[in-house]
Amino acid sequence: MLQVEPTIAANPMLPAPYRVRSVSRDTRDTSTLLLEPQNGASVHPFQPGQFSMLWAFGVGEVPVSISGDPADSSRLVYTIRAVGQASSALVNAQPAGSVGVRGPFGIGWPVDAARGRDVIIVAGGIGLAPLRPVIYHVLRHRSNYGKLTVVYGARRPADLLFRKELASWARQPDTQVLITVDSGSQSWRGHVGVVITLFQYLDWQPAQSAAMLCGPEVMMRFAARDLQAAGLASSDIYLSMERNMKCALGFCGHCQWGSHFICKDGPVFPYARIGPLLQRHEL
Amino acid sequence: METLKHVIEEHPFFIDLPAPYFDLLVGCAANVRFNSGTYIFKEGAEANEFFLIRHGQVALEIFAAQRKPTIVETLNAGEILGWSWLLPPYQWRFQARAVEPVRAISLDGKCLRAKCEQNHDLGYELLKRFAKIIERRLEATRLQLLDIYAAG
Amino acid sequence: MAVTEVRWHIIAAAELAGLIAALVELEYDLIAPVVRDEAIVYDRIDNVQDLPAGWTDEQAPGHYRLKRRTDNALFGYAVGPQSWKKYLHPADIRLWSAQRDNGAFRILDQDTRPSKRYAFLGVRSCELAAIGVQDRVLFEAPNQDPIYAERRDGIFIVAVQCIHAAATCFCKSMETGPQTRSGYDLALTEIVGMGEHRFLVEVGTAAGNQILSKLVHKPAAEEDIRVAQTAVNAAADAQVRHLDTSNIRDLLYSNFDHPRWDQVAERCLTCANCTLVCPTCFCTTVEDTTDLSGDHAERWRRLDSCFTLDFSYIHGGSVRSSTKARYRQWMTHKLASWIDQFGGSGCVGCGRCIAWCPVGIDITEELAAIRGSEANGNTETRH
Repeated sequence: MLQVEPTIAANPMLPAPYRVRSVSRDTRDTSTLLLEPQNGASVHPFQPGQFSMLWAFGVGEVPVSISGDPADSSRLVYTIRAVGQASSALVNAQPAGSVGVRGPFGIGWPVDAARGRDVIIVAGGIGLAPLRPVIYHVLRHRSNYGKLTVVYGARRPADLLFRKELASWARQPDTQVLITVDSGSQSWRGHVGVVITLFQYLDWQPAQSAAMLCGPEVMMRFAARDLQAAGLASSDIYLSMERNMKCALGFCGHCQWGSHFICKDGPVFPYARIGPLLQRHEL
Repeated sequence: METLKHVIEEHPFFIDLPAPYFDLLVGCAANVRFNSGTYIFKEGAEANEFFLIRHGQVALEIFAAQRKPTIVETLNAGEILGWSWLLPPYQWRFQARAVEPVRAISLDGKCLRAKCEQNHDLGYELLKRFAKIIERRLEATRLQLLDIYAAG
Repeated sequence: MAVTEVRWHIIAAAELAGLIAALVELEYDLIAPVVRDEAIVYDRIDNVQDLPAGWTDEQAPGHYRLKRRTDNALFGYAVGPQSWKKYLHPADIRLWSAQRDNGAFRILDQDTRPSKRYAFLGVRSCELAAIGVQDRVLFEAPNQDPIYAERRDGIFIVAVQCIHAAATCFCKSMETGPQTRSGYDLALTEIVGMGEHRFLVEVGTAAGNQILSKLVHKPAAEEDIRVAQTAVNAAADAQVRHLDTSNIRDLLYSNFDHPRWDQVAERCLTCANCTLVCPTCFCTTVEDTTDLSGDHAERWRRLDSCFTLDFSYIHGGSVRSSTKARYRQWMTHKLASWIDQFGGSGCVGCGRCIAWCPVGIDITEELAAIRGSEANGNTETRH
């Protein structure tokens, strides 16, 4: 008969109630929610790149990356895109409403390993949201990092997130922000083309850089390939992967990708480890 | 002030081009500038030149029925504008608009085509370089075609 | 732990009634094999008459039949469509309920504990191995699944050493049987025939010893031990299926594009039977529901299968939309990825997936086909 240790105190499948402090509409299908713990509990600290399971009462639960400042322990911030029932319910949440939160989960961005290096952020679409905590972290601990470059692409100008912040980051010393859209109207005066077409404008030294990528898988696959071709070591390129999740604890099995559970072995992976998996169709 | 030949030699498109060819190219080259908003070329017009962009942004546009013109690509300093001069029917496929003041070197297509027919080695060097650009743009265009940010 | 110095004992078959009574008296929820709907399944019993005396099974790809034995053996069969995960990893369970008042919600009830501790009677070596495999997934992880832990805690296990192998068994290849040497409180080997019916009993724990002490028992003679061992060895030798596990992880990882996957996909119905009968498959899904008022919500956990179309998706759609991708995922996970994830194979060689596949896909045959074409230097990787 097996001796069993007492189970851990908090049931990991129980959402903690959080109150919606504010909702701001970023684009036609994306909102940013500010959540505060309902019962006066404190916010669990998180690493940039980690995610929570957010529950819309009675509708469903989805994994959402935390998009706020890791140094702010009073609230949790999420930028959510409406792609299904649960995410739509969250995007349309009302202030003072209630959202269930589990987590934080997962392995985040290597902000410690990147100390002393130039940091390149490559984001596609909603992928800028899980990377924003890294930008906050780097700007807050500026002397720990070299140059900061943000390369960001979206479908159309109206889909660009955090435009005011992007402009403000561009004004920071030793910081380069490059933005593109897949197509634009004539009033758009910025760059047009997929994100990888911006790499030619990078003012950088590959050997002392660390790159963090988040966006559609095909974008990350091509971007990692191009960055590596330009001289960045595969061990210095990191990708944030995504899959559907039911538990985020490594039990439900849904987020498996090869032998990896994206919820607990990721979502952030070094390209050196998972590069070949990206080539496997329907893995 | 830089000579035209020097500018061409320095342009990224011609890196590693054997030195003698620059004299051939200079003979077909001219400095050009476009004001902001000007159409550098329009779809369907005869394509008899290509441009080495030195300064400023150019937007490649397509227009379709019931739609305003859409920018499908932007090009900047160091890039090449136009390859329709290379192959018949020598007609522009898109329209190109200077988003801001643009300075470029224009290379005369008819003049270059003649020189390439005489000197196939020059022709090969140019084709190699254009093929690389077309390959990159095709890949990028295909990625745009996937519409990767669309939901579902 | 004070275990009796004598390692093997003999009890008469009639003492099984006493064994059952002792466990029921200690308020265990006693689960054992029974015959129902022409199969041997697991259910609550409180009487030795409930056991499948005199039954055996005939199994082959896509084939399962119960047959009458010539003797009265109580455990003379292999395994049926169910496994002990029916109780340890329930297929349908409410995780919690919640109530919403004025926009705020609170959890009402989150109790998932079973009412009694379980006692399992008739656990075979492959099944003990399967419980061990699920322990590594759900019990030993840094995040322990509380539902599994609640049920795993305090279990009493009476194992049964196999004296009969079905044609679908391949535990010998997987090194999970037919003999088990640990993980049980008591282990029984049935000795039946020529007018006698008794059990060789091996004690595994103090709790097992305590139950045994309530039964009429005597130390086993050398001859008893020999007879029992011979029967178990015969079950090992009788196995006709084999799975070569040498270098299996790299073999499957490097054959992602093997044409065999297309071939098996032409047969596979993605019916998910294999994942339902497999004793180690653990995938679950979660369902959030509300009542009509919308203010009372519940979250349920249900068993799931990687064969469902929307098992793995991102917002662009299903990741494994083809049958080929889903069959490959199941088999590669079971035999290869599991090793990287949990330190050992996910397959225990019980053969259930072979018998219960409606089209008779045989995992040992599929693996052999991939391995075989590699050995022949077949470079059929492009198709």
